Amino acid sequence: MKNHFREQAVNALADTELRDNFRGAMDFLRDKRLSAFPDSDELSELRTHGHQIKAKSLSRLPELLEQLEANCIKNGIQVHWAETPEQACEIIHSVIKKHDGKLAVKGKSMVSEEIALNHYLEARGIESLESDMGEYIVQLADETPSHIIMPAIHKNKEQIAHLFEDKIEDVKYTESVDELIGTGRRILREKFFEADIGISGVNFAVAETGTLCLVENEGNGRMCTTVPPVHIAITGIEKVVEKLSDIPPLLSLLTRSATGQNISTYFNMISSPRKEGEKDGPEEVHLVLLDNGRSKMFQDETLQQTLRCIRCGACMNHCPVYSRIGGHAYGTVYPGPIGQVVMPQIEGLDKQGEMTEGCSLNGACGEVCPVEIPLPKLIRKLREQKSARPSRQGKEVFAWAIWKKIYGIPFLYKCFTYAATRFRHVSPKSISPWTDYRTAPKPAPKTLHELMLEKERLTKMQRIK
Amino acid sequence: MSTKNNSYKTNKPKQIYFFGTCLIDLFYPEAGLSAIELIEREGVEVLFPQQQTCCGQPPFNSGYNHEAIDVAAKQIELFSKPIPIVVPSGSCAGMMKHHYPELFANHPMHSKAVKLSTRVYELTEFLVRILGISLVDKGKPIKVVMHTSCSARREMGVTEDGLSLLRQLKQVEVCEPERAAECCGFGGTFAIKQPEISAAMAEDKCKAIMQTGASQLVSGDCGCLMNLGGMMEKNKQFICNEHLADFLLKRTQTNEKSL
Repeated sequence: MKNHFREQAVNALADTELRDNFRGAMDFLRDKRLSAFPDSDELSELRTHGHQIKAKSLSRLPELLEQLEANCIKNGIQVHWAETPEQACEIIHSVIKKHDGKLAVKGKSMVSEEIALNHYLEARGIESLESDMGEYIVQLADETPSHIIMPAIHKNKEQIAHLFEDKIEDVKYTESVDELIGTGRRILREKFFEADIGISGVNFAVAETGTLCLVENEGNGRMCTTVPPVHIAITGIEKVVEKLSDIPPLLSLLTRSATGQNISTYFNMISSPRKEGEKDGPEEVHLVLLDNGRSKMFQDETLQQTLRCIRCGACMNHCPVYSRIGGHAYGTVYPGPIGQVVMPQIEGLDKQGEMTEGCSLNGACGEVCPVEIPLPKLIRKLREQKSARPSRQGKEVFAWAIWKKIYGIPFLYKCFTYAATRFRHVSPKSISPWTDYRTAPKPAPKTLHELMLEKERLTKMQRIK
Repeated sequence: MSTKNNSYKTNKPKQIYFFGTCLIDLFYPEAGLSAIELIEREGVEVLFPQQQTCCGQPPFNSGYNHEAIDVAAKQIELFSKPIPIVVPSGSCAGMMKHHYPELFANHPMHSKAVKLSTRVYELTEFLVRILGISLVDKGKPIKVVMHTSCSARREMGVTEDGLSLLRQLKQVEVCEPERAAECCGFGGTFAIKQPEISAAMAEDKCKAIMQTGASQLVSGDCGCLMNLGGMMEKNKQFICNEHLADFLLKRTQTNEKSL
């Protein structure tokens, strides 16, 4: 089914509360990022470094994935490969079933959203509870994340207070953020101890050492990965990096770009299940590596750059379109500029092609990307692929064919501009949709071409005199 | 993406090409004339090839490469002499400087496209960094907002050049609107394909400009001007808007022509 981006965007624009929530949050995040990178030269060097690390890892992707698998196995981590979301869900379900699991607690993971894991598990009688505060709110509201880092950023505290009052027993309405967080923490704390399974994402997977790195602020990620007896980590294959020494620069770029923090409150490095004599940690650790279109992205030299993404969300924070319509309007798991690049590649242009048009190519996203992904270039490249499909729009094809004739043949161009200038007083006053919001531009009495010819004639005459 | 200062040769050229852009040609020809006058005043001869049309950016941005190549190739052939090409638009200059090499990859004209791209200058960049122009303000005190287009800002890296020209004018107070670096919502075909989002962006930009209390809006890009000026006119927010070249020329001309 085709995703109708424009319709959804129009609805979002009409929601003033939503727009205020996003505007405020995005302005805040932009300022935070800016103050986290006070030295523009350092930022530029760090971005280049981050770019190189990820590009080098990608250039050796198949090899590094094998190395990662071997080292994880050596460390006692069980590795699974999933080509599709269905396969990933099946793998996770089968691990849970083996342990007769009833309750899974989850740390924040966009890949688990990508495979729609919660619904899959719930349909099979397994409670899958989000433990990241934002994800918990979104799950409670039966929504999806509207931002890849801050899933509930579309809600203000009043909306969250109402939600908690409605959905959680014995909770009264309060606008105190501390109390709201306290409520969430109290409920989640109990669940951590009850849970049979902990599920998390992975920010970086180190091939050299078989280490899974997890960046988080609330400590829930550490709870999910240490308290339950089984930990299942899921990630996309592009998260693998070569060496442990690649991590500090990437981590610094990630937290500063995402939330303007020099470092996150928690940084977890998971390298094995609980060893003999250790007092905590899960007895089993599983790693699920998901492809879901990534190896296809890998095939295209230009679009391969998509895979450098470290999911910081800076591109959406700085996107003037996302800042106004929010994440849900995109109707996809990944919204904003990176979503406009990722989703059409995963789900195809027939379904997700329209969202590539939701971009003015202003370049703000590419300017802040910590690993220098040329997002506008990739969005344009996808438009190029879209225009080459047999199912492309006939109207647009026709319009560009006419355009090519007029602008490609100087004589026709002169005729066109001559007519437009001479009939300027009858030029259309209403050219929808442009004039729904603006007045129509009126052609000048004479074109620059004509004025320049006149000027040249005048100069010649003056010379003769 | 921005070009470093030290890559500039300081020699003033004898001759330059002027690429007028299709928008200026039809809707803002006086801006083109003003830009040419500013360059000629510095003793540089301006060549205006009469066969020029459009840089090809509209179809390129829409993903219609064949159509873009067809038209761009003609401009490349036309502007063949090894002299600078000055473009009074950050957006069209960005197309020719940064996107021609990409557009013509795997095309027989690739090396020509690359060569041309090295000769392209946005107008303010050329005035400041190549001509080192100095301006003497002859106008009355005025508050002005300069809107730098996204291409001028991020592709061409010439934000400072435009502002530095205005700062040379003693009686001009340059106001910075809130979120100056954010897109005005034009984006070429974006304004047609996503009219509601485009309008939401333009409304915010107009509001920010009005809030500065400036009586004049200038920009180095006519696309942004057409978008913002058109919306202000529709909303009866009357604030003068014109291309930076027009403004600079009027402010520096002798009395009878000045503001």
